[in-house]
Amino acid sequence: MKKKMINFNLNGRKIAVEIEPQLTLLEMLRDRLGVKSPKCGCDRGDCGTCTVMLDGRTVRSCLVLAVEVDGLTVTTLEGIMKDDKLTPIQQAFIDNNSFQCGFCAPGMILSATELLKKNPKPNKEEIQEALSGNLCRCTGYSPIIDAILEFTKGGK
Amino acid sequence: MPITQDFEYHKPATLAAVIKLLGQYKKPAILAGGTDLIAEIKEGVTAPDALMDIKGLADLKKIEFKNGKLTIGSLVTFSQLIESKLIQSKFPVITEVAKMVASVGIRNRATMVGNICSAVPCMDSGPVLCAYDAVINVKGAKGARKIAIDKWFLGPRKTSLKKGEIVTGISIAIPDKKHAGCYVKLGRYSGEDLAQASVLILAMPNDTDRIAFGSVGPTPIRARNLEKLLNGHKLDEAIISEAKQLILKTVFPITDIRATKEYRMHMCQVMFERGIKAASNRLAGDGPPYGHNQI
Repeated sequence: MKKKMINFNLNGRKIAVEIEPQLTLLEMLRDRLGVKSPKCGCDRGDCGTCTVMLDGRTVRSCLVLAVEVDGLTVTTLEGIMKDDKLTPIQQAFIDNNSFQCGFCAPGMILSATELLKKNPKPNKEEIQEALSGNLCRCTGYSPIIDAILEFTKGGK
Repeated sequence: MPITQDFEYHKPATLAAVIKLLGQYKKPAILAGGTDLIAEIKEGVTAPDALMDIKGLADLKKIEFKNGKLTIGSLVTFSQLIESKLIQSKFPVITEVAKMVASVGIRNRATMVGNICSAVPCMDSGPVLCAYDAVINVKGAKGARKIAIDKWFLGPRKTSLKKGEIVTGISIAIPDKKHAGCYVKLGRYSGEDLAQASVLILAMPNDTDRIAFGSVGPTPIRARNLEKLLNGHKLDEAIISEAKQLILKTVFPITDIRATKEYRMHMCQVMFERGIKAASNRLAGDGPPYGHNQI
């Protein structure tokens, strides 16, 4: 197995790491770099718990090879805060008690972040559509949607 | 589940380099979005000895419209299709199809060309490309060729792409006449679910419609017999009910974990009726807005 050297930006830091081409982005983040917010749920792109941002767009890190991110920018939940402050979306999740076990939360927050960047005042249907690829097996969808609806109502 | 399959990874900078590399391996695979390919490698469905990552080929990222012909490059993602003003204005039904593919995180990565190269029977891109008589642009060591969509799908996961060839894009000639469309997709839930059945209608003036079904046969089905029946007839309840009977002889679904054969047959009739009504209303200018599933 021939290793490859890749360079990329992870949450504002420059990373240079030698990896096997078989390694997925999710495995590299969790097992090699210790970034634990992306989770391994279904490992086949269906559940959204491994969501990270690649050049500003959400992707399934279980379906991306680590070698593919050479030269790109990867943002995980750990990297969305500015000056150590929670983003308004993170605060809304706390205010609405939008966590049960928390396993889906990193993916949910990143998907919500991407949605609000494209559409700052989404309606309920648009929120549901944007989060439809992120499963919450506690089925705690209502408080998650409520958190994002705060932006629609202009509360945040 | 870590990938155990051993493969070499290449990211060529030119199409010529891709084609040259394709000739050097026994089982090379082309990597674009990877949403199908990586999952298939993990599950052992496919075992390539080399991956050609084509994301370095900027020319394949383009959506172009020239002289009445739309070309969708091999690296164009479903998100790009949804966001394209050009597609929204000239081919709104393609926007409608793209919006119903999986979910945002997949659409940001998955490409339309990848969808038809995987050629899984439940793909969303098949029916719309069949209805538009799309042409697949292919290149290989022996030069370029064009494959009509009718000749593209050979069976589940089988296409007429030959070893050593790469798809560079899909071309669609815009119909001469004003047209409208409708895509109806049946799934168990919105989100990642695959289609249990799907129907695509293109409505054109003088009651000339084009109809294609997906997920109810080994390949997408262009329903030319239905088109013949409906052609020139004003759309009324009598002709719709005649067409619905004919659908039972047109589609041949199987029973699998997602739905039974009987349910799929029945739903094809329901979805056809809703789809053709929505498409003809859209043509007349008073149909439902694009992007809302009619089921």
